[in-house]
Amino acid sequence: MPTDVENWKSEVYGREIREHLFDFAEQGFDSIPDDERDAWFERFKWWGLYHQRNGQEGYFMMRIGTPNGVLEPGQLRVVGEIADEYARGPGTNPIFGDAYADFTTRQSIQLHWIELSDVPAIFETLEANGLSTQQACGDSWRNIVGNPVAGKDGQEVIDAWPVIRDLNETFKGNDDHANLPRKWKVSVTGSADGSGQGDINDLAFEPAYKAVEGGDGSEDAVGFNVRVGGGLARNEPRFARDIDVWVPPERVSDVAGGLSALFRDNGDREDRYNARIKFLVDEWGAEAVRETLQEEYVDFELRSAGRDVREEYTYNAGGGERNDLIGVHDQKDGRNFVGLNVLVGRMGAEDVLELADLAEEYGSGEVRLSQRQNVIVTDVPDDALDSLLGEPLLEHYSPEPSPFMRGSVACTGTEYCSLSIVETKNRQVRFARWLKANVDLPTDVDEFHIHLSGCTASCAQPQIADVSLRGMKTRKDGEPVEALDVGLGGGLGENPQFARWVTQRVPADEVPGAIANLVESFAAERLEGESFRSFVARHDDDELDAFVDPEETDYDDPMLHNTKRTWYPYAENDGLDEAPPTPADD
Amino acid sequence: MTTRLRVLDDGAWLSIDDTREVRVSELWRLDAPDFCGCDLADLIVENFQAVGIDGARIEARVHGQCIACGTTGVTGWIPVGRVHDGEFAEFDRSTVRRSR
Repeated sequence: MPTDVENWKSEVYGREIREHLFDFAEQGFDSIPDDERDAWFERFKWWGLYHQRNGQEGYFMMRIGTPNGVLEPGQLRVVGEIADEYARGPGTNPIFGDAYADFTTRQSIQLHWIELSDVPAIFETLEANGLSTQQACGDSWRNIVGNPVAGKDGQEVIDAWPVIRDLNETFKGNDDHANLPRKWKVSVTGSADGSGQGDINDLAFEPAYKAVEGGDGSEDAVGFNVRVGGGLARNEPRFARDIDVWVPPERVSDVAGGLSALFRDNGDREDRYNARIKFLVDEWGAEAVRETLQEEYVDFELRSAGRDVREEYTYNAGGGERNDLIGVHDQKDGRNFVGLNVLVGRMGAEDVLELADLAEEYGSGEVRLSQRQNVIVTDVPDDALDSLLGEPLLEHYSPEPSPFMRGSVACTGTEYCSLSIVETKNRQVRFARWLKANVDLPTDVDEFHIHLSGCTASCAQPQIADVSLRGMKTRKDGEPVEALDVGLGGGLGENPQFARWVTQRVPADEVPGAIANLVESFAAERLEGESFRSFVARHDDDELDAFVDPEETDYDDPMLHNTKRTWYPYAENDGLDEAPPTPADD
Repeated sequence: MTTRLRVLDDGAWLSIDDTREVRVSELWRLDAPDFCGCDLADLIVENFQAVGIDGARIEARVHGQCIACGTTGVTGWIPVGRVHDGEFAEFDRSTVRRSR
């Protein structure tokens, strides 16, 4: 039997939601009939609007999808202005204040406390500046990710940016692909570093060479190998499976559309937990996916996989060059891109506007977002580098941060998210500050990734970090407290590896001590030059559990209580019965 | 009177008569020998899998973990509250719930 969500989608979905959304915005939040709210909130996701959790009734998270994380000149300023004007609510964050933008692990932007009545004006501003929230959430093509510096990267095999733009234009607002069984996450990477993180997407295009018939044989053609069925959510992580297909750039759209249609027609619409294509690949096998694609969804002969460059992958691979895109790097046109660390991806609106100024002054005005929640200022000439690097804003958003700042990724958490079990972003900031002040990594280790996800949805991609933290509960002195499971040794690269969950339910206030003890053991017992990931790989779970060794320290965690029982964890009067009223329509 | 029951937002909520009533992230005491070997499981509610009604009693199947022994899985049907005169009342969180 189809789910409620499928029934709602069969009635109204896709582009047509917008008209209803605008009607509700004009008539006010209360005009949404009580018995239709569940349905409309589900549909609004397709337009990037996610109703915030209980206690925050009438407020929405708005996600802006920026393909490949590319913000063209002027667009970051628009985001900052919208955040400043509209992303203000009744709750003030003690670290980030009022009005901020969150850069996500899928190269998108999230704003909070958005009121329904403001949506038409925000959409008008976004769309007038080439930005959109369309399909940023919901059951369809999500924001397409990749190497954020596509087209500029000195390490590029093929420029993926035109391919991503074409996919975005073809499949956003495409009625044939608007209503899929579940979300559809696509990655297209053209660089040899693996920074598109294709392995954890539903559909991945990765650079590969192929000898092509009719060529003179002197040089292989450059295109993409195709992998299908990756994803991290729900304790069911999968790496995308190789379906033995190589595709030239001009055919990517055909293959992507074929696979999207295959998912549309064959995905499980009766059980949303089983709806992602990773489960279909589990069931069918990669070979049957390829055969079905060939027989039913494309009208040309698929080529077998080409020679990939996975052995060169460094991004989030745990060692070697370019584990991330922080710092100053060469562009192929002789200019530079400068990756800046945005701790847990959150940047105040004033800082967003100042960064937009700097990008215009020292670069082309363009800014790009990485999958590690960081920003990249592109097109900086050599003679402008020193001046940019000397700007006061870069003291906070550093191109040379502490490894613990640099490696921190966190999801939204209980501040706004219904699913999360624990507070995340502020906690990760506190963790990073404490670790920076109290823990020394071996001198030759300058990257150490710690990802904190509030639940098994894995929005912070915890399974691909050196230290993976996942929201849990435990009892401490008999009282329930927020806790974290600890996993170790995850990462991508040529041979990706999910973290092993070695220590369960560590009270959150003992996690910094646990990481300090872990790092101490790593420093004392590693082989010469050994990476943390290799160190983890050669120890069994019991040994690793002993290294973790949770311990109270002078780290203070003010959010150990059940932050979900508050309307806003940081409010002075935080009880759910103190929740603010639904915002007035004005 | 019909009671409208739904699992919403990827299992984050139980919606009862169009109101988000029961949320994940709570700890429930569970008399559920089929789930784990503890006398009483101390279950962290991570996801709602299904919701149903037995007379006036609202029940759910939950993906969660017993934080006492670490057993993870999906429970049987667990009572979460009761509908009376069209109003839903959630059981007190300290209630021991028996799964079936």
